Amino acid sequence: MQRFVMAIDQGTTSTRCIVFDQNARLVAVAQREHRQYHPRPGWVEQDAVEIWRNVDRIVPQALRQAGISAEQVVAMGITNQRETFVLWDRHTGVPIGRAIVWEDIRTEDLVAELGRKPGIEEVRDRCGLPLATYFSAPSLRWMLDNVAGLRAKAERGDVLFGTMDTWLIWNLTGGVNGGLHVTDVTNASRTMLMNLSTRQWDPMLLEFFGVPAVVLPEIRPSTEISGVTTRVVPGISITAALGDQHAALFGQTCFEKGSIKGTYGTGGFLLMNTGDELVRSKHGLLTTIGYQIGGEPAYALEGSIAVAGSLVQWFRDNLGLIHSAPEIETLARTVKDNGGCYIVPAFSGLFAPHWLAQARGLVVGLTSYINKGHLARAVLEATGWQTREVVDAMNADLGAPTPVLKVDGGMTADHLLMQFISDVLDIPVQRPLVAETVSLGAAYAAGLAAGYWPDLEGLRRNWHLAARWNPVMDAKYRENEYANWKRAVELTFAWARSSPST
Amino acid sequence: MPGPIQSIERAAAVLRLLARGSGHHGLTEIADSLGLARGTAHGILRTLQRVEFVEQDPATGRYRLGAALLHLGTSYLDANELRSRSINWADTLAARSGQEVRIGMHHDGAVLVVHHVFRPDDSVQTLGIGAMLPLHATALGKVLLAYDPDLSAAARRRELTSLTRRTITRTQMLERVLTEVRGQGWAGEAEEYMPGEASIAAPIRIPGGLVVGAIGISGAADRLCDSAGRPRATLVRQVVQAAEAVTTSLVDEN
Ligand SMILES: Nc1ncnc2c1ncn2[C@@H]1O[C@H](COP(=O)(O)OP(=O)(O)OP(=O)(O)O)[C@@H](O)[C@H]1O
Ligand SMILES: [Mg+2]
Repeated sequence: MQRFVMAIDQGTTSTRCIVFDQNARLVAVAQREHRQYHPRPGWVEQDAVEIWRNVDRIVPQALRQAGISAEQVVAMGITNQRETFVLWDRHTGVPIGRAIVWEDIRTEDLVAELGRKPGIEEVRDRCGLPLATYFSAPSLRWMLDNVAGLRAKAERGDVLFGTMDTWLIWNLTGGVNGGLHVTDVTNASRTMLMNLSTRQWDPMLLEFFGVPAVVLPEIRPSTEISGVTTRVVPGISITAALGDQHAALFGQTCFEKGSIKGTYGTGGFLLMNTGDELVRSKHGLLTTIGYQIGGEPAYALEGSIAVAGSLVQWFRDNLGLIHSAPEIETLARTVKDNGGCYIVPAFSGLFAPHWLAQARGLVVGLTSYINKGHLARAVLEATGWQTREVVDAMNADLGAPTPVLKVDGGMTADHLLMQFISDVLDIPVQRPLVAETVSLGAAYAAGLAAGYWPDLEGLRRNWHLAARWNPVMDAKYRENEYANWKRAVELTFAWARSSPST
Repeated sequence: MPGPIQSIERAAAVLRLLARGSGHHGLTEIADSLGLARGTAHGILRTLQRVEFVEQDPATGRYRLGAALLHLGTSYLDANELRSRSINWADTLAARSGQEVRIGMHHDGAVLVVHHVFRPDDSVQTLGIGAMLPLHATALGKVLLAYDPDLSAAARRRELTSLTRRTITRTQMLERVLTEVRGQGWAGEAEEYMPGEASIAAPIRIPGGLVVGAIGISGAADRLCDSAGRPRATLVRQVVQAAEAVTTSLVDEN
């Protein structure tokens, strides 16, 4: 009987279930999108029940597509959009309001206020993260302050908190009937509530954000989840969980210190493995847990780009200039350059390396010459230049240039973009044979925990090069364009300063 | 001769209704105007939506003519979209076959390579997206010719350039090969494009059966073919399965 590993990738826009074989080849994939709610400007919410229902559909669907039974699945790994969380009633399993998504900026004022509180430097030291709307703790605090009766109910122990890994594992392992309330270190490292050195919830951080400890799940290493599904498809062992970007780092087999990957989905996220060393960035990067397989974690430096693929979605849905995301490339190829136009997509403020919550997006360089083709180019180039800023920060922190960037995610299907990233970084860009590297990483972690794969070396042998883009851009042209981009970014700072809320 | 097909007549009526006046109608309006049961009208609208002849306004739920109707003659599927939708299955084909994979569409009398996956042996290779390949001498090209009557007619009128000793240069011979391709559902070629090289390809279809592209592998002839020079059955099966998986992923949307 042939055996397989399954991954559930609960992403920002969709949830996927993917089945892999022992050679890391994709055998089946089922996917469902869920709704994004924008009840007010800057608010982004999702319905955790809808996401759960989607999982309920896609798991059997993937098994059917693969033509296999549940007994043939040796292990399941869960990976997820990070920071997004939901609160629910532990007795009924019913969510309290919608899940607050990582892109949500409702806590802008709260974050400014918390930033003036004594102890804020200590916070960054302990959790490795700058205070920002992006992470879970400020939004959780917002919920506790703004939902009537919630704090009292939470303090009584009637409420559970979970990032999406926790929500799915709790439901898959029985929900109100004994569901496991756990999370892994990588997800916990994104809340601002976990101490990076102890890898446990930190009393000082809980105190700072005013979060009662009873709502929080137990933190476990990425490969020590050990639950068994009793719902959806019963009897499958859940052996691993990790945040999507961490799973991608693992799936790219970036096991050595210094290796970097970039994942391009809704946002863009570059992670560098720093091994057993907990590096504090001096250039605007985050310190996070790369993954933890067994006793010791691998740490990582992260450069987060809030808006990458979501700018393409915006171009499609809000401007209606294209019908599908990939058409952005077709449109961009109708012109030979950006015509002097730049788009800085600071929709949720700017993330790495700037961390400027008040920044808002802008389009500059408009003349009557600019057409939708130039705008399409500017959309794709924005992802390229944001990558350049992050890689510059990584090089500065490390004191050495990055030799090559390994990429994955939906946007790697964009040939023009991948060439552009190689051009602006002036290094090769490599795509591995499995573009669904997030899922592959979760499958790897799960399979490793279950003994399906023997060791990291075995996994590394599965990595194969599927495509490589080499830089061809003229150096002078590149530096000139980069200077223009930086000027455009500065303008978003100016806009932020002049806005009344600051 | 069979009689007219009622559902096609009804679909035509729906399109005519949407083409006139305000151009925006709700389900009930459409059903009532055409004297159809709501369920029937809904089924027709859903199918028209699937082939992109009709769009539904996400805000109001009303139906209107789809943008695809306006450029029916030009292109059925954006090349970059085909790459995006097929990337997982092209990767899987490369992993299973151990060969490099290309996806081709017809452009300007040649095969335009819209996607390329390296042979998974980590050797130095060059990305070939955007390259043009001859229609008559590659497996990808033969698939595109076999399922496009205009294209094969044009090929018959033109001189077939000889690239190797084995390139098919006689139109009659090509015609026979294309008939065979349609019969078996895949195309093969050994040393017709480059000495020592062979390729195998199969058609990618959109709902209704229209062939929009081809996916195939290429590599050393002695790897792809058996001792008799025939494409190896296991590889053919893998290519056909990949083409079917891409076809399914094109249907899957919505
Ligand atoms: N060919 C393309 N060119 C540019 N952007 C693309 C292309 N194809 C997909 N995208 C963008 O990539 C994103 C989808 O990628 P992916 O499936 O990796 O994201 P996701 O997993 O849903 O995101 P996340 O995990 O962040 O939730 C979408 O935002 C889409 O706009
Ligand atoms: Mg994703």
